[in-house]
Amino acid sequence: MTDSPQSAAAAFSSDQVRHLATLCRIGMTPEEVEEFRAELASILGHIEALAAVDTAGVPPTANGADLLNVQARDAARPSLPVDAVLANAPQREADYFRVQAVLE
Amino acid sequence: MSDANRSSVDPWLSIAAAARGLRDGEFTSLELTRASLDRIRATDERVRAFVTVTEEAALEEAARADELIGRGDASSALAGVPIGLKDVLMTEGVRTTAGSRMLEELRPPYDATVVARLREAGVVSVGKTNMDEFAMGSSTEHSAWFPTANPWDLERVPGGSSGGSAAAVAGGQCIAALGSDTGGSIRQPAAFCGVVGLKPTYGRVSRYGLIAFASSLDQIGPFTRTVEDAALLLQAVAGPDPLDSTCIDEPAPDFGARLGEGLDGLRIAAPRQFFQASGGDGDARAGRGMDDGVAAAIEAALDQLAGAGARIDRGASLPSVAHSLPVYYVLAPSECSANLARYDGVKYGYGARGGESMWEDMEATRRRGFGREVKRRILLGAYALSAGYYDAYYLQAQKVRTLIRREFDAVFEQADLIVAPTTPSVAFRQGEITDPYQMYLNDIYTIPANIAGLPAISAPCGFAEAGMPVGLQLVANRNQEALLLQAAHAFEQLNQWSSLHPGV
Repeated sequence: MTDSPQSAAAAFSSDQVRHLATLCRIGMTPEEVEEFRAELASILGHIEALAAVDTAGVPPTANGADLLNVQARDAARPSLPVDAVLANAPQREADYFRVQAVLE
Repeated sequence: MSDANRSSVDPWLSIAAAARGLRDGEFTSLELTRASLDRIRATDERVRAFVTVTEEAALEEAARADELIGRGDASSALAGVPIGLKDVLMTEGVRTTAGSRMLEELRPPYDATVVARLREAGVVSVGKTNMDEFAMGSSTEHSAWFPTANPWDLERVPGGSSGGSAAAVAGGQCIAALGSDTGGSIRQPAAFCGVVGLKPTYGRVSRYGLIAFASSLDQIGPFTRTVEDAALLLQAVAGPDPLDSTCIDEPAPDFGARLGEGLDGLRIAAPRQFFQASGGDGDARAGRGMDDGVAAAIEAALDQLAGAGARIDRGASLPSVAHSLPVYYVLAPSECSANLARYDGVKYGYGARGGESMWEDMEATRRRGFGREVKRRILLGAYALSAGYYDAYYLQAQKVRTLIRREFDAVFEQADLIVAPTTPSVAFRQGEITDPYQMYLNDIYTIPANIAGLPAISAPCGFAEAGMPVGLQLVANRNQEALLLQAAHAFEQLNQWSSLHPGV
């Protein structure tokens, strides 16, 4: 790995915050970008200690229960009525969620 | 039933005592429920434990429970008992906000599995309790609605994220409550408020209908006034659920089976990493250490355990547990960034409209709908999962998680239980902690059990700085809740801490 987390935390930039905000679809003012940059850089500074832990040959653990590929029974069951599902939608049209056009 | 009768119901009853009183006809569920609602009315302007009080539904449920009990058809000790539900649990038709503007108007179309099971048992829900937004926080100051106060000192926080549930039980507003614990969100507020809080083994309780934060860590569990009550409430909600594929697929054992057995001969490890003196500067890897008053209360508790025949092993060691906090603050934000992607302003919850495009609406939805701490964690998680950083952060954290689990496994080859403080300090003042990482340090002793998927309980063990309660934490191996409850119950019998109540 060429980009060590050590340098990643120290060099955490406003451009990176803007990129993350776009990925996460969180609108942000320039002031907020700067505030998040400082806070995230500080938190990353604490987290980067993990890089020093020797984990050679150690497998990852995904959850605390040793579960692997649990499969649901392939059985039909009733789902919620359409009206119940759409009742909490911000905007509804007939039996659809209404949004602005996605494609130009 | 006169007003005099109504007010004669003791607001500090345990579930077990309430069940006896209901069965013996000393009072009805309607009286018990009215007493709870009266107490909420009298105190909640100051404590602010509840986001929503469901008075009408509660009285209907109480009347039904009285019929059930009257016919002798109550199958559960919990029938007719008024409890609170953390506002992260889906309740059909009852507003469920998770402490977030994003879900301000959400009225779920179904009940969480735990809620359905409590309804089945005839439990009365008096309302939904306040919490840090999406369960992210340690003080309940990150609720979008208002902060909750600690009943022992209204200027202090109740802990979090399940602060409303802890404060409601501690303040005599309901007999018990459910919360959720991802990194300590049951045990830390239980300690801060002087009540019992239990996080079960990962997978012991169905997460179906629990609004997700970090799915490999989240567990639902009880807040109660006694350890016996924790066993009773856990029994009512635990067990396999086809709607949660991570739920343990075996019938729940009898959690109260060993209550009354003592501490004699139990091997209790006190790993030295949990017993460091206060360093003061909050070094994340070394841990900040306990405050003096907390350390004194914990030491006195260890002496009590030893005096009752437990063998305390202070030589035990969990070297990698020092990395728990950084592991957690990679794993939990990563999982949260994925889980909270669902709040898009389209399907349910808040949805901004009027932008130039769907994407603009979505960005406005998430800018206005999420609070600061939630955004911070989503961004952090997206960063830890992103190309070029995944191996260094997320994968590395999962590998260190393996090391931590292995070390717990090794300690449990020599010990029945592990003892630790629940928190490094007593409840702090509202507004006292502003730095995010300093806030995260509150959970330094509770996070390891989540990382390893272990059951853990916090039980009151005295008072320290400013006369605030202290919690003793016991941790057991996976699926050993009965043993955990046995030891906590035996400890409880050695002291009077559970019988003391705040003057709110």
